[in-house]
Amino acid sequence: MTDTQTNQAAPPEAVDKSLWQDFRESDFFYAFKRSPVALVSFAVVCILVLSAVFAPLIAPTNPFDPASLNLMNGFTPPLEPNAFTGDAFLMGTDDQGRDVFSTILYGMRISLFVGASAVLFAMVLGITLGLVSGYFGGWTETIIMRVADVQLTFPSILVAMLIFGIAKGFTPVEYRDQMAIWVLILAIGLSDWVQFARVVRGATLVEKSKDYVAAARLIGRSPWAIMLKHILPNALSPVLVIATISLALAIIAEATLSFLGVGAPPTQPSLGTLIRIGQGFLFSGEWWILFFPACTLLALALSVNLLGDWLRDALNPRLR
Amino acid sequence: MLAFVIRRVGQSILVLLIVGLVAFSMFRFVGDPIDNMLGQERTIEDVERLRAQLGLDQPFPVQYFRFLEGAIQGNFGVSYRQGREVSEILLERAPATLELAFVSGVLAIAIGIMLGVFTAIRRNGATAHIIMAASLIGVSLPTFLIGILLIYLFSVELGWLPSFGRGETVSIGDWWTTGFLTESGRKALILPAITLGLYQMTLIMRLVRSEMLEVLRQDYIRFARARGLKERAVNFHHALKNTMVPVVTVIGLQLGAIIAFAIITETVFQWPGVGLLFINAIQFVDIPVMAAYLMLISVMFVGINLLVDILYVFIDPRLRVDRTGGHS
Repeated sequence: MTDTQTNQAAPPEAVDKSLWQDFRESDFFYAFKRSPVALVSFAVVCILVLSAVFAPLIAPTNPFDPASLNLMNGFTPPLEPNAFTGDAFLMGTDDQGRDVFSTILYGMRISLFVGASAVLFAMVLGITLGLVSGYFGGWTETIIMRVADVQLTFPSILVAMLIFGIAKGFTPVEYRDQMAIWVLILAIGLSDWVQFARVVRGATLVEKSKDYVAAARLIGRSPWAIMLKHILPNALSPVLVIATISLALAIIAEATLSFLGVGAPPTQPSLGTLIRIGQGFLFSGEWWILFFPACTLLALALSVNLLGDWLRDALNPRLR
Repeated sequence: MLAFVIRRVGQSILVLLIVGLVAFSMFRFVGDPIDNMLGQERTIEDVERLRAQLGLDQPFPVQYFRFLEGAIQGNFGVSYRQGREVSEILLERAPATLELAFVSGVLAIAIGIMLGVFTAIRRNGATAHIIMAASLIGVSLPTFLIGILLIYLFSVELGWLPSFGRGETVSIGDWWTTGFLTESGRKALILPAITLGLYQMTLIMRLVRSEMLEVLRQDYIRFARARGLKERAVNFHHALKNTMVPVVTVIGLQLGAIIAFAIITETVFQWPGVGLLFINAIQFVDIPVMAAYLMLISVMFVGINLLVDILYVFIDPRLRVDRTGGHS
């Protein structure tokens, strides 16, 4: 943020009012209430995230428990009773009789976990490097920003693929499937830190020259305290916007990598893995194995994306 | 000017050296290359001989230098999985990717510019609104879902077009194979080309539209109209021409993206190109192929960026002042 105006939008905690009251009376909440796009996409995100978190409670079957599977239930179309067992499934079953609805709930957990962890990782890394390069300048800044520039010239999905490939190569063979999720988080996170670093560096450069930073330095606060407690809070709203949009991109990146077979392993299928599996049944007419995971992915990515777009406009003081 | 070019070239070479270091470390430290080349039955003498032969007993910088020397000559060793020269496999796969990239690039540029001009001129028309809305959906759909959707529509439901492979190909010269000359080859190209080009098409369309809107507002357009020139001449000769500088830049930068995104499209359609080779190499941890692809794509990206940067300075004289001096 280049000016202090934004601070008025989210005032510091008032003494006599609770934080929640403060939030409810803010411009931000007012704008949120008035925007149908924001309300709908927020509702969709909430429903999806909650159903992923509470998947073990909601899902009719546990798709990873072989005891709950009945091979006779294989290829049951949605909402039709199975010819042999008479069981009906909301979204049908796959070739092994797994309930598609349950696999989606569990798959969404992995997609969201990978996406959120990757963004968190990218955020911590980007904020740290951005603060350091903006505050200290000099050689540190040159090196960090050159690396950022070079990385920006490559599409991030390609960077993620390369990092995934290299990390997979370095992992011992017997741990590869176990580690795949963590390697995926590392790959997507490393491919995505540049945006955070650039924004935080820009904000740091602006704030650094202001009097309050000079005053903090004068009373002897350490550089890290100044960076984290004084400078960073002024850069939080653009960071929040980038984090939301990055989450949508990270979810899609994860799905793409898993779809290509270089992401989540079949033992821990994410939405992308489910779509990859479903594509195999496209020609034999079992459309539901592909259709429902694909729709879930779209709903998730689209609503997070719309929320991010709205957030960007709402937090931008120039558009008010 | 010369100082800028030299500095920029120097930076590019530095980047390539670093990428080379990454590729080389993969070679050197992922597994033991000797293990990968010799089978179970081997003697210590064999191992020592091969180690000396490959230069693995040399110090690290010497090995790195040798690797670079080999890479410049296109020598990346032997694929662990296929047991053939990597350069040979890459050459065999390159025509498929290049043809696909070429067709989708042409599609994206031609249709993108056309739609961009259309939506800018008929800014408030219903068709323009529909196109803009559709482009939003096109941007937010992941590439692989677009591919699957097209396969479902045109291969499964309608049965018009093949869903995988290149169709029949014809060999031209020593190593080039083309799908352009047979009917099945042309048919097989349609769906992958649309899948790959759609994102770039919407990008170009939106860019041309916003640039056109900017230009159409300027005085010389009004004067051209006042002179009684035909609407067509004004739109295409006066307006479109002046939007071309940023459009050409973006097209240049997107060239690399098309090759990179070809990985996804090639996997969806099982297109036998370099991208599919790379994905398979990651799945099977085929290090020489991965390293070669990494070097190849880096050379391409760094080269394109260098070219665009230098061309920009030539095209736009304003950039020359602050960049060449280095003191401003």
